[in-house]
Amino acid sequence: MAQERQAAIVGIHEYPLRVAPGVSAMNIKVDSIRAALDDAGLKWSDIDAIYDAQDGEAGGGLQLAAYLGLRPTVLDTTQVGGSSYEFQAAHAMRDIAAGKCNVAVLSYGSTSASNRVAIGTGGRGGPATWATNMEAPYGSTLISNYAMVKQRHKFEYGTTDEQFAGISVATRHHAMRNPEAVKAMTDLQFVGVNEITPQDVLDSRVVADPLHLLECCMISDGGGALIIASADVARGCKKPPVWLIGGGEATKYRENGGDITTSAGAQSGPIAFGEAGVSPDEIDIAMIYDSFTITVAVCLEDLGFCPKGEVGAYVEGGRLAFDSGEGPALNTDGGGLSSNHPGMRGIFLLLEGARQLRGESTSQVPDAKLAVAHGNGGLLGGTHTGGTVILAKD
Amino acid sequence: MANRPQPRFPEPHTEPFWEGVQQGELRYQRCNEDCAEPVVFYPRHHCPDCGSDNLDWHASSGEGTVYTFSVVMQNRMPGFIDLGAYSVAYIDLDEGFRMMSSVVGVDNPVEDIHIGQRVRVEFEEQDEGEYPIPVFRPIQE
Ligand SMILES: [Zn+2]
Repeated sequence: MAQERQAAIVGIHEYPLRVAPGVSAMNIKVDSIRAALDDAGLKWSDIDAIYDAQDGEAGGGLQLAAYLGLRPTVLDTTQVGGSSYEFQAAHAMRDIAAGKCNVAVLSYGSTSASNRVAIGTGGRGGPATWATNMEAPYGSTLISNYAMVKQRHKFEYGTTDEQFAGISVATRHHAMRNPEAVKAMTDLQFVGVNEITPQDVLDSRVVADPLHLLECCMISDGGGALIIASADVARGCKKPPVWLIGGGEATKYRENGGDITTSAGAQSGPIAFGEAGVSPDEIDIAMIYDSFTITVAVCLEDLGFCPKGEVGAYVEGGRLAFDSGEGPALNTDGGGLSSNHPGMRGIFLLLEGARQLRGESTSQVPDAKLAVAHGNGGLLGGTHTGGTVILAKD
Repeated sequence: MANRPQPRFPEPHTEPFWEGVQQGELRYQRCNEDCAEPVVFYPRHHCPDCGSDNLDWHASSGEGTVYTFSVVMQNRMPGFIDLGAYSVAYIDLDEGFRMMSSVVGVDNPVEDIHIGQRVRVEFEEQDEGEYPIPVFRPIQE
């Protein structure tokens, strides 16, 4: 299949701090947009499309446009949890190809750490619905929801805690090479800002059995922005374009008799790979939403890196490390486990994917050509979304 | 005694389910059309398989199997803070529907609950609120 190269990531910025008291989420968004424009060599008034996950204090893309003082011709407020940014990137690719816009901005800002938001352990508020009335009495936390998926994966396929721990080990290995991740872990008062072993993960306390603390992402402040532009604009930008060559989206939910060990990625992945005309074994960089080890495990299988149920053996031996020589390299920025997770990590998957394909990562894979960014939003063991984007070096 | 969060109303889909609970019945819906997946749960006003609104309520035997579970080691929320370690589970009822619940009545939830375990519903009275909460207890073989 002929690969379309009509839209590219041309500007990126990851807000450097993970603890930013006194800074508003809207400030983080705007600082990041300004920096991403500068990275691209574009100016404020070049933006003609806003994609917004309705984060920040103002709430909603409508308010963001007013706050920024822009009049976009495309306004997309897709909010599907942590994978919102993969959905938005795929939409921007589509909108640019259709000629609806030329310079799209995606941004994120959150002060979850400073506000002490209990992302993983708190309950879920809001009005009663057909679903909450069936679940609220049981005290299911976000972590226990993911833990139920891990429990079933262990049961069905014999995957071991040691194998899951390998995912935490790989991301920490990358985090220790990333000064911003090291500062994040320091500022968030991690016990032991150092490389870890599978045994360290198993020795960390159980939060919701069978998930250990070192299998769970951090809760940080943070944010970032990226600029996606048409091919014409991209050619005039400061840095080499990182092309968006495929996108897929899907949702999945609790069903009678359903398989909890298969995620929405089993639908979004093949759509994205099909559009890109590449296969998982060609991928150098796997940016996969590591809210928990189980999320990565299930999504590696669903994206087709290994058959369903075989991720334990697949990750054994450290292949996910950037310097393993085997690949794919997983979450080379340190991931949500060890670098950055203010609540919706999806944007960082795209940012680090772009850094790798530019040759700018702190855990650079030599001559990386293809990356996948796969976001998982919502509850892996309940209602969730999967958004997959394939990125290619110029 | 327990002090779990109560269902809140008005919420039209789940009202018949919770009325059933008050009468000691675990209710689910079936689609009356000739469709492939006629069992409907969680409660709805339509069949998610075929879109029909021709549904009826039925009473489950209350017996089923643990599909998966997790044990929350600590939860500071009201209603759970006093429970200590407690389980959250998906139960596959024999009639073919999967519901979230908790497996209770075991000494050590991490050790004593298993995937595939046979369980039976019981309606756990609450300190406050008019609705007991359906939970599951292992069936002694
Ligand atoms: Zn039907």
